[in-house]
Amino acid sequence: MNVIQGIGARVVAQIEEMGAMLLFLLRSFGWLFQPPFRLFQIIKQMHFVGFKSTFVVVLTALFTGMVLALQGYYSLRKFGSEGLLGSAVALSMIRELGPVLASLMVTARAGSAMTAEIGIMRITEQIDALETMAINSLHYLITPKMVASLISVPLLVALFDVVGIGGGYLVGVNLLGVSGGSYWSSIESAVEWRDVYGGILKSISFGIIISWVCCYKGYFTKMSAEGLGKATTESVVLASVLILVWDYFLTSVLL
Amino acid sequence: MGTPIIIQLKGVEKTLGGQPVLRGVDLAIPKGAITTIIGPSGEGKSVLLKHIIGLMRPDRGQVLIDGVNIAQIHGRELNQIRKKFSMLFQSAALFDSMDVFDNVAFPLREKRLVSDSDIQRYVPEMLERVGLGKMGHKFPAELSGGMKKRAGLARALVMGPEIILFDEPTTGLDPLMAHAIHDLILAMHKTFGFTGIMVSHEIPRIFPISDWVAMLKNGKILAMERSEEFQRLSDPLVREFISVPNAMATT
Repeated sequence: MNVIQGIGARVVAQIEEMGAMLLFLLRSFGWLFQPPFRLFQIIKQMHFVGFKSTFVVVLTALFTGMVLALQGYYSLRKFGSEGLLGSAVALSMIRELGPVLASLMVTARAGSAMTAEIGIMRITEQIDALETMAINSLHYLITPKMVASLISVPLLVALFDVVGIGGGYLVGVNLLGVSGGSYWSSIESAVEWRDVYGGILKSISFGIIISWVCCYKGYFTKMSAEGLGKATTESVVLASVLILVWDYFLTSVLL
Repeated sequence: MGTPIIIQLKGVEKTLGGQPVLRGVDLAIPKGAITTIIGPSGEGKSVLLKHIIGLMRPDRGQVLIDGVNIAQIHGRELNQIRKKFSMLFQSAALFDSMDVFDNVAFPLREKRLVSDSDIQRYVPEMLERVGLGKMGHKFPAELSGGMKKRAGLARALVMGPEIILFDEPTTGLDPLMAHAIHDLILAMHKTFGFTGIMVSHEIPRIFPISDWVAMLKNGKILAMERSEEFQRLSDPLVREFISVPNAMATT
């Protein structure tokens, strides 16, 4: 009986946590439409989530594009269709790798920092201090972060796509000798609006997932240094897993 | 008691992590006075304070602020009540991303009650009062424990609250600094006339600065008396708690 009770308690706890997470998301978004709008906070967060992630995003994009071209070239050569290299690189970038990899990089760089920042504010009673000043802590702390990552992640993904395709060009054309004209023209003929649109939709939803999970884990940190460390790890793992799982379902709907 | 009551707790119970912390607290806080809640560590004094400002909600019982039960209200209504309050936290809870000036100016700016030029005049004045005249540009990480408390007090005072809660204002300070902070609280109380509720175990230092003293023991208020009378109580639990540090102070 105790085993069954234990399983039951865990299931109930999980469901409760899911409910709490959902409420957290809805409340934070609800505050978006209430004044004051804290434009400065949003810009500050965009600088942190967006601008400061550009270097790592450009670097990963470059190498992802390069390795895609390398792999694609050897596969396509077997069928004598190296000319399609551009479209192979561009489609996998725009549809899949751009949104997923850029979001994972943002999670690792900005998401973990979000959890740590909010978690420290929780432990040192700064969140309580906000509440005692009759300032809603979700409105002040979380909403600007969500808006910022909602705007920044799609922009970073766009950058990732462009740099990735450039990296593919570098390896495919300059190194492996595919003709530059056919690289670009195959992209032009293969990539449709709905590919781009799907990528944008993915990146927007990943932006929400990152700020949602990472802010939630920080906001409900256990009151200790160990708890904060655990919350940061959990937020990165959970956000990354959710991004990949959600990516599958979104892809299956979009196809 | 004669004095009007501003805060009243009726049968407040709270269980945290399966442990009952408050087991039916009844407490009436007189307006305009400093009431200090003493009691052994881990008795839930800070928990009690958090109930008074609505950071925690009781499992059972009522928390009445000017007759409004804040255990039942949320959102805007609760924020209306909270405008009467300020709180000085144990860790001072300064926003570490801002310097001292911005910390003190923060509530004024957020509530948009005063113009920026008034803030430029009013905040340095407040910093001067708490003895941080030239520290406005420092960040919390650069301040000593005592200076953090001073900055926290300035931030608590800046909105002109009716009620200020002090969560162990002298914990972690050396005796001289603790004395200075107590004096400062007393001086500010004389100037601004707020209702003060302090949680502390700084015995005997709290007696001269408190008007009323209440003792929390086993999750209930064991006794509440005027400061002078409290020191003469014969209850063995009270005696035990207040006489040990007294004896130590005299030796």
